[in-house]
Amino acid sequence: MSQATSTDVREDGVIESVSGPVVTATGLQARMNDVVYVGEEGLMGEIIEIEGDLTTIQVYEETSDVAPGEPVESTGAPLSVDLGPGILDNIYDGVQRPLEGLEEKMDSAFLDRGVDAPGIDVEKTWEFTPTVEQGDEVTAGDIVGTVPETESIEHKVMVPPDYEGGEVVETNKGNFTVDETVVSLDNGEEITMHQEWPVRQSRPAGDKETPTDPLVTGQRILDGLFPVAKGGTAAIPGPFGSGKTVTQHQLAKWADADIVVYVGCGERGNEMTEVIEDFPDLEDPKTGKPLMSRTSLIANTSNMPVAARESSVYTGITIAEYYRDMGYDVALMADSTSRWAEALREISSRLEEMPGEEGYPAYLGARLSEFYERAGYYQNANGTEGSVTVVGAVSPPGGDFSEPVTQNTLRIVKTFWALDADLAERRHFPAINWDESYSLYRDQLDPWFQSEVADDWPEIRQWVIDTLDEESELQEIVQLVGQDALPADQQLTLEVARYIRESYLQQNALHDVDTYCEPEKTYRMMQAIKSFNDEAFDALDAGVPVDEITDIDAAPRLNRIGTTEGYEEFVGEIEEDIEEQLRGMYQ
Amino acid sequence: MKEYKTITEVSGPLVFVETDEPVGYDEIVEIETGDGETRRGQVLESTSDHVAVQVFESTQGIDRECSVRFLGETMKMPVTEELLGRVLDGTGRPIDGGPDIVPDERQDIVGKAINPVSREYPREFIQTGISAIDGMNTLVRGQKLPLFSASGLPHNDLALQIARQAEVPEEDEGEDSEFAVVFAAMGITAEEANEFMDDFERTGALERSVVFLNLADDPAVERTITPRLALTTAEYLAFEKGYHVLTIMTDMTNYCEALREIGAAREEVPGRRGYPGYMYTDLAGLYERAGRIEGVEGSITQIPILTMPSDDDTHPIPDLTGYITEGQIYVDRDLNSQGTRPPIYVLPSLSRLMDEGIGEGLTREDHGDVSDQLYAAYAEGEDLRDLVNIVGREALSERDNKYLDFADRFESEFVDQGYDTDRTIEETLSIGWDLLSMLPEEELNRIDEEFIETYYDAGSDATIEAAEADD
Repeated sequence: MSQATSTDVREDGVIESVSGPVVTATGLQARMNDVVYVGEEGLMGEIIEIEGDLTTIQVYEETSDVAPGEPVESTGAPLSVDLGPGILDNIYDGVQRPLEGLEEKMDSAFLDRGVDAPGIDVEKTWEFTPTVEQGDEVTAGDIVGTVPETESIEHKVMVPPDYEGGEVVETNKGNFTVDETVVSLDNGEEITMHQEWPVRQSRPAGDKETPTDPLVTGQRILDGLFPVAKGGTAAIPGPFGSGKTVTQHQLAKWADADIVVYVGCGERGNEMTEVIEDFPDLEDPKTGKPLMSRTSLIANTSNMPVAARESSVYTGITIAEYYRDMGYDVALMADSTSRWAEALREISSRLEEMPGEEGYPAYLGARLSEFYERAGYYQNANGTEGSVTVVGAVSPPGGDFSEPVTQNTLRIVKTFWALDADLAERRHFPAINWDESYSLYRDQLDPWFQSEVADDWPEIRQWVIDTLDEESELQEIVQLVGQDALPADQQLTLEVARYIRESYLQQNALHDVDTYCEPEKTYRMMQAIKSFNDEAFDALDAGVPVDEITDIDAAPRLNRIGTTEGYEEFVGEIEEDIEEQLRGMYQ
Repeated sequence: MKEYKTITEVSGPLVFVETDEPVGYDEIVEIETGDGETRRGQVLESTSDHVAVQVFESTQGIDRECSVRFLGETMKMPVTEELLGRVLDGTGRPIDGGPDIVPDERQDIVGKAINPVSREYPREFIQTGISAIDGMNTLVRGQKLPLFSASGLPHNDLALQIARQAEVPEEDEGEDSEFAVVFAAMGITAEEANEFMDDFERTGALERSVVFLNLADDPAVERTITPRLALTTAEYLAFEKGYHVLTIMTDMTNYCEALREIGAAREEVPGRRGYPGYMYTDLAGLYERAGRIEGVEGSITQIPILTMPSDDDTHPIPDLTGYITEGQIYVDRDLNSQGTRPPIYVLPSLSRLMDEGIGEGLTREDHGDVSDQLYAAYAEGEDLRDLVNIVGREALSERDNKYLDFADRFESEFVDQGYDTDRTIEETLSIGWDLLSMLPEEELNRIDEEFIETYYDAGSDATIEAAEADD
């Protein structure tokens, strides 16, 4: 956080009352949403209500032992994040305090309160290379130079959005700290590598455009059936144990975004630790560089202060927008937006606001749409193109999708990946229900898949969906009369659908090879199952009994394609064997 | 210390006091009644002229004349290694007739959050000797794995069996770190408490245990601090003294009821089913105190027990718990009435930390695959049971019949082992392979071919028996 370093302290106030994270103060001269320091220990808080002389503050830290009469200082600035090189390969709490820095400062494994640290290292020097020359005209948002931030990402230093811009009078090349001037303008404005931006306000950008490229996730069911666009929005709702977090982790690992911002919002501590331990060892499948070098983590676990949980998603999306402005494709994972909504509810209830549905505040829907609207595919002010894709997990109580957070989210997002407890119980992972899920991006992304993967991508996908639909209809009959009572062609359809489920839809996140499946492989798998289907129906038409068709030993090998490295040859062999074995029965 | 005689309102467990000096939030309060008795409480809300106090014990007998003292500090737990072997009440006072406790330190009972970067990911297998847990829902050190049970089910027997048998296999005997149990009872009956105490005494476990007892007839509000005292003790033993602490907390349902009671008394806006909106945060503040810390020897593993009202796992208590804990073990009524001991229903049960805690070098290389396959096969058998009820067994194919037999034997051989059987992981896995050998090899689609070659034995006794049974 940056307030302590930059802004003058204004008028002091005095605490009037304390109740958990909600503190009221009198005599405070401050604006709505300004950051304040509360009590003797200087706990960080934010102004959320002003009523006459009485100011209500939500405090981002534990308030035990804080008493009325203690001072409150306002910083006169809203909650902001520090933006500059050093955000990637870093891990923050909900108000952008670096957790490693806190561990060092507190010299303890436990989080103490009243300790502040800047979001980016102000002492470290970075190598700045200007991309503008003396005499160039620059305006707000323009890129003036680059910094190698990590081994995979080149950080673009931009004119801050609130600058007027002008003619460049001086550029400095070399190693500087983030607060040293690297470019000076004729109107006296000095550009450093460090900017601040209030988290609750979206960063200005040019036009929002219709996304046309998919965010390739390497997950078959997502890429193949329910794709999300770069710049799109998706929600993953599911009851506990259905694999929300694993799906989010998979996306963070394998999605083909340039930058990943992962917000662990009110979730388990050990899960964040897993990310922190795993990511540095994992390689980006595209570049071979460590995944952490393109990732920024925000971890506000369930037992960390609830107000900081509320702000964590804003901190995350502001960072995402900053990298979007540089022209990068950014993916933001928020796990879980329900915990964020609950933080809203908790604070709202302490403010004694009139509750809406299930105790959530009436503005829940508005806040959710505000947040998701910050996603998008943009023409940036500086002429580059960048996108922010937002994938939010939702944890509906009791797995009931009719609750307010899920419903309000569904009204906004265009991709819906419904996790299903029954599938998870059967160990069908990812437990994404293909009947309930949808993607409204399919049509606009088809041209990309057709030109990059295969011309008949939409047709073969439709065939997969139709087969699965037919299966679920048939299953209802099977439940009543048993599979053997069905006519032969329907039995065969069930068999084909079973292969679609077991070999194609299921994907083992823990298997070295299966964890990532490129679109070409996804396509080949659909194709292989389709060719089994076609051959099998030909054989059936030629009079071969259905038992014999389903008994061929080549078909079960379809289930092993996912885990096979160098799949091309393997798939080819299976297709040949299936053809040979089936045709051998009637030719 | 200033004394006030300015109580303005008493309402349920809450007492409102007028003050003229600032009082800290969460501060401890002593209220002395007319007959000289002292009640303790905690500040729930503090303003410049009055405070709301939540009294741990009953508010009966409190009147406007009572004197109120603010102790100027938040609730602390006196901690020392000497606590091992002691029995305390729900507010941390000894009730075993032993000597007074001389504390090493007094620690704040509201634990601080562990910095996520300081945590160490739990991956050390704990062998509980129970196949349904070790084989299918493996527990690891530093995990929080609750038992989802319901009234009338033997969750206590299961918890005791875990406490008795839990060990890390092949650990050097000479290691410094020792095993300890911290037991927090919230609102359980005296009879249940006796069951635990008798077992602790019988097995000699008491001397490495710290027991906190808040019984059914103790004040409900006191229940909200009992688990915090217990976890503070556990943190001290684990992270300062290097013990591997198993914390059993029973019954979380009573704890949540107490939260609701306080919420209602404060006239808060209720959330689902009247439970307070902050219950998730509150429960997380307990459950998240489990874990391991980098560079520290000890660990806290939690087994919270909760009874689901009307066996409903979508009730807010199991629901919120499931979102925080790393899995859950279901204790099942049908299995229990069949006589399966322990009646663990494997299908909805889950251990989220299992994958990292098993496999080569930890348990055995085939563990993950075997467990997946057993799950899948048992799930298929379970599905078919519904169908059998409609069409009868004869109408089903040979393959389906095999799965039905499999499900029966899975319950009677794998899950049903009794409360006194302690199985090694090797034994558990070999029972698993025995059962899998009932199925034809091509059905084992979740197991690596290499393991099938090593362990699958189609001609084993199990298969032959099954074949005979079919005839």
